[in-house]
Amino acid sequence: MKKLCLKVTAVEQLSPLVKRFRFEDPTGATLPVFSGGAHLTVEMPEGDTIRRNSYSLISDPYDGSAYEIAVRREDRGRGGSLYMHTKVSEGDDITVSLPSNLFQLDLRARKHVLIGGGIGITPFLSQLRQLDMEQKPYELHYAARSREEAAGIKLLPQAAHIHVHISEEGSRMDLGAILDGQPLGTHVYTCGPDGLITAVADQTARLGWPKAAVHSEAFTAPPPGEPFDVVVKSSGKTVHVKADQSLLEALEAAKVDIDYSCRGGACGRCHTKVTACDGRILHNDHWLSDDERAAQQDIMPCMSRFKGTRLELDL
Amino acid sequence: MTMQFNDETFRGDYTYHNSPEAIRRFPFPFDQDSYMYSVNIEQHPGGPKDTPFEKMFDVDEHYVAEMKDREITLAEDPLRCQSLPHMELAGWDLLELIMVSKARDYPDLFTLHRDGNDWHWINKPLGIEKKFTFLDATTLPCGPMEYITRQTQGDFALLHERDNNLWMDAGMITSQADWSLDFDVGMNFFEWHAPVPKARKMGVFDKALKFLLAVGQGQHYRRLNWTMTVNPRLDTSPENYHKWGPEKRTITPENVGQKQFLRVELQTFFRLPRSNALAFPIRCYLMNLEDIASNPKWGRRLHRVLRDIDPALAEYKGFAVNQKIIVDYLSQFDDGAPTSPGIFPDA
Repeated sequence: MKKLCLKVTAVEQLSPLVKRFRFEDPTGATLPVFSGGAHLTVEMPEGDTIRRNSYSLISDPYDGSAYEIAVRREDRGRGGSLYMHTKVSEGDDITVSLPSNLFQLDLRARKHVLIGGGIGITPFLSQLRQLDMEQKPYELHYAARSREEAAGIKLLPQAAHIHVHISEEGSRMDLGAILDGQPLGTHVYTCGPDGLITAVADQTARLGWPKAAVHSEAFTAPPPGEPFDVVVKSSGKTVHVKADQSLLEALEAAKVDIDYSCRGGACGRCHTKVTACDGRILHNDHWLSDDERAAQQDIMPCMSRFKGTRLELDL
Repeated sequence: MTMQFNDETFRGDYTYHNSPEAIRRFPFPFDQDSYMYSVNIEQHPGGPKDTPFEKMFDVDEHYVAEMKDREITLAEDPLRCQSLPHMELAGWDLLELIMVSKARDYPDLFTLHRDGNDWHWINKPLGIEKKFTFLDATTLPCGPMEYITRQTQGDFALLHERDNNLWMDAGMITSQADWSLDFDVGMNFFEWHAPVPKARKMGVFDKALKFLLAVGQGQHYRRLNWTMTVNPRLDTSPENYHKWGPEKRTITPENVGQKQFLRVELQTFFRLPRSNALAFPIRCYLMNLEDIASNPKWGRRLHRVLRDIDPALAEYKGFAVNQKIIVDYLSQFDDGAPTSPGIFPDA
């Protein structure tokens, strides 16, 4: 996979939990442009493991001078966001992937409605710049619990079609009011907690929206969990997965050859066959179907974990 | 090195011809003595020097004549070039990819000066000089995809990604192996491949689609495909079947060496940055059996491949009617000696 070795040129605390990072090419070279909604995978080397998390790009997609991301500190995560918050500062080197997009705008839409909850505002920050350049009609709704937590406010332009909903201030987002009466040909995009994505899906179904007009960004960082072991079929080798490591990260550390892209259970690239399973796979991805999950013959190593006595992978 | 461009035609008197250099660098598609579908994908560009795999967009001695032939086809049938409204951005992406690549790879032939969005493009072989504003379609005589593909060999399909599928929502298709953009435009990956025999059952398309959806920015790939065409005709479209279909019946044991062409498609895949669309260029190379057999390895191998091919594929590729004449002709070049692995000629 092609990688970019960049320099951290700015770190800004946007809210108590969210920091903004700016990356530039050390020689001043232009970075590849991208499309609204794209993300980067950031490498975080620590000890013998390289942790990799994907973050939405929040900068202008057509501006090749820098890439920017915003990271929310998750104190109960695997440690990726903590690493970004505590170990990364201005002047550091950082290795990232090229931009990749699993949450692109459907440019067929007559109008775009963007709904972001909490840190889920991030993919929309690049999308709205693309929509401005394309001169497409859109409205954006940003929901947060409190103004203090609403890191996105500092990054959003002030405009009549940008709506901020702060539930603590009594202006809770009313999805029914937002979605009812939108013109035919409108597409809606949601990014945020599962509850918000489900609520938008339910509301649009009630209102008779076509499914193809309802989009959501589902991927998140892999969750930590109890440690477990897996067996690699080709070599017979046992690989130990630590509590704060994903299965994919453990396989990579053990030099097992495995493909990946999003590292968030959305792209399907690391899809692996299970050749023996005595126990229960804890599926955390958005890629496998319900039937595939139940059959326990497939696993997405970037997100999913295992509880049981033996798990053998076709690698 | 200054490239010489052939004065030649792809219709009527069919004066198309390959120089010894073009024969040497021909992308022969068979890496072994038999053929079945495979997802035969490699990284692109990259390959031995002076092969069509070396550069992003290969320019060869047929460039100027191919562009003239495209102009004739488009004048007769403008629907060979279509772009659904949401695909204009992908057209700009493609224009940028081609102009930047060609100016870098062929500085003697193409020049691109960029100052922000003010671009100045010089195409010496076609005598074009144009100043325009990038991303502003009003500054070009036609849409960006049409503009650049009137200056680039090969057909181009631009695929829009949505709902975990790819949709053929734009294209410039004038040198196709019997398929129609006007029929396929707006179809998804499985729909436009529906006529291909056997492959769906073999799971080829599921694997291919999964691969294509995962193609990222900066990762370019290629594969070779092939068919057979009587006479060096680029426009073997369904729309013009009445013109070229009957020519299949003109093959005789005496003329098959000159009139029967192996048609090779160098297909490449590029993820486009601004639109997140996939560009799918399909570059066509034509060489007659006589020229192929001038290379002993290729002569032996082509004989074995076409003799032993699955009858359904001979039918689909449109040469079943002449298969016996072709195989009889090629048999004179096959002494039964073993062939070396890979597609390239023996040194």
